[in-house]
Amino acid sequence: MILTREEQRHSTLSEEVRSEMLAAVAACERKRGAALDVLLIAKRYYGWISDEMLRELAVILEMSPAELDSVATFYNQIYRKPIGRHVILVCDSVSCWIMGYDLVRVRLTARLGINLGQTTPDGRFTLLPIQCLGACDQAPAMMVDGELFVNLDATTIDEIIQRYP
Amino acid sequence: MEKPLTGRMRLGEGPVDLDAYEKAGGYAALRKALLRMTPEELIQLVKDANLRGRGGAGFPAGVKWSSAPTGVDSPRPKYVVADADEMEPGTFKDRFLMEGDPHQLIEGVILTSYAIQAEIAYVFIRWEYTRARRLLEQTIAEAYRKNYAGSSILGTRYSLEVRLHVSAGRYIAGEASSMLNALEGGRAVPRPRDPLPTISGLWGKPTVTHNVETLCNVPHIVSNGAAWFKSLGRTQDAGTKIYGVSGKVKRPGAWELPMGVTVREILEEHAGGMRDGLTLRGFLPGGASTDFLTEQHLDTPMDFESIQKAGSRLGTGGIVALDDRTCPVGMAHNLITFFARESCGWCTPCREGLPWSAEILAALEKGEGSPGDLEILEDQCRLLGPGNTFCPLAPGAVEPLQSALKYFREDFERHIREKRCPWK
Ligand SMILES: Cc1cc2nc3c(=O)[nH]c(=O)nc-3n(C[C@H](O)[C@H](O)[C@H](O)COP(=O)(O)O)c2cc1C
Ligand code: SF4
Ligand code: FES
Repeated sequence: MILTREEQRHSTLSEEVRSEMLAAVAACERKRGAALDVLLIAKRYYGWISDEMLRELAVILEMSPAELDSVATFYNQIYRKPIGRHVILVCDSVSCWIMGYDLVRVRLTARLGINLGQTTPDGRFTLLPIQCLGACDQAPAMMVDGELFVNLDATTIDEIIQRYP
Repeated sequence: MEKPLTGRMRLGEGPVDLDAYEKAGGYAALRKALLRMTPEELIQLVKDANLRGRGGAGFPAGVKWSSAPTGVDSPRPKYVVADADEMEPGTFKDRFLMEGDPHQLIEGVILTSYAIQAEIAYVFIRWEYTRARRLLEQTIAEAYRKNYAGSSILGTRYSLEVRLHVSAGRYIAGEASSMLNALEGGRAVPRPRDPLPTISGLWGKPTVTHNVETLCNVPHIVSNGAAWFKSLGRTQDAGTKIYGVSGKVKRPGAWELPMGVTVREILEEHAGGMRDGLTLRGFLPGGASTDFLTEQHLDTPMDFESIQKAGSRLGTGGIVALDDRTCPVGMAHNLITFFARESCGWCTPCREGLPWSAEILAALEKGEGSPGDLEILEDQCRLLGPGNTFCPLAPGAVEPLQSALKYFREDFERHIREKRCPWK
């Protein structure tokens, strides 16, 4: 479950989240080794990582906030800006490109009224490019909230969008 | 035709579960190795079998294992890491193996760990492989429950902790040394080549890393022997290989075939040839970072040496077909854009040269290319070539570009001459 923006603004880490993070830290040889685990736990609960939250996570990991930020911004799946309720990752790598990525992108941007890298004004969708999703034999492919969709065309894209209110 | 890696999978039946895996002989190899073989014997067996790494470089697995320190005074803990970060465009074999038969990978991981006497094993998997992640979580829990993992495995004195590490994306994180930095909670940037990870890897301890497909082969070698494994290959390379085909062929997919089948056999018999009305102009034999080959290479065996002799690399064995209605300049542009985005930014040729090349290719596509552009691209291919950068990302990136310039020269020149993309 991803919290609404309003909830995100007021939340620090809940006890539940914090204890999950501490368990991940405890399972690692060194605290900082759990940096990605902790960032992904935060992602799972809050969707994105604010500056305030980053500072809290850095304390848990015994890293400096600047260092943790350099890690957080390195990886595709950690978001340092607010995101929509649903995240669409559209594959723009070579097999999908051959099989019609351009049509997929045009359909998505037209239907959602946003470009790649943007979030719809109502906060429903964030649209991001992604490298090869390992579904090249069923290209073109995209992923919504971690669920894979393949063999895309205009009709299936419209249907998929409908499924995510 | 024997298909050890995929033989247990049944189309449309979902993954092979623990029960089916055991009934089909699963974990017998683990039992055999742990109860009846020394780690040294296991290493020798894998050397004799000539198992070469399936992650792209083809390094002999047994040689890698024997470079890790052994004996009571070796540094501890030792680690084994399975590289399941698969992101090479055009490659989907590891996902296929993990979603089809996850216990096979875990058995391979445990056997490899036993061979080097590792205490801790990781499966390092990309976030986007959500289905494989769920399956592996369950698979590892089952392995613990049956005491194939954990302490005193099968009543022996060998203990192993198996962990699943979910990574958060970036192509470079799959490069073996970058993966170790990622596991240490840092940016996934490459490490110097020296010291070898098998001497000083994760947290400075001996670490053996392998591609998923490489590890999946280990249980079968233990069960059936080195001679059997070598007999599977059609050429000098041993075993089978998961080959994939994507692009505009009739039946895109992945197949387990003897190492060394010809490109033609894969493309025509298994992938059904090109779609009606299209002809093949070229193909990347093993993912995005391999040189284009063309029709003249169709009878080349898909093994390490033969593909190299033809001027490319076996890579991951994920073939991407280029048809005659798709623009080769556009394809090169897509590939270089991918690598430009994935560069870690450490060395100048890679950080600057890839975006520059991508800009030139974009201009060509828009009909804004100028004479001299192709020479600049050729210079970039040299400057980013082997030996000029810290890691193999940049040399891999220019492989498809340099070969596209060679085989599809006329197409590049037409873009400049006609001031447009002839395919648009
Ligand atoms: C940029 C880059 C990305 C790589 N990504 C992967 C990957 O996702 N999975 C993988 O198994 N190997 C990957 N490799 C290759 C590994 O560095 C390494 O050669 C391989 O995992 C060794 O395992 P093997 O001996 O079983 O082939 C990559 C290499 C480079 C240069
Ligand atoms: S070649 Fe590219 S990816 Fe590799 S270290 Fe240099 S900048 Fe980083
Ligand atoms: S290129 Fe899109 S899934 Fe592989």
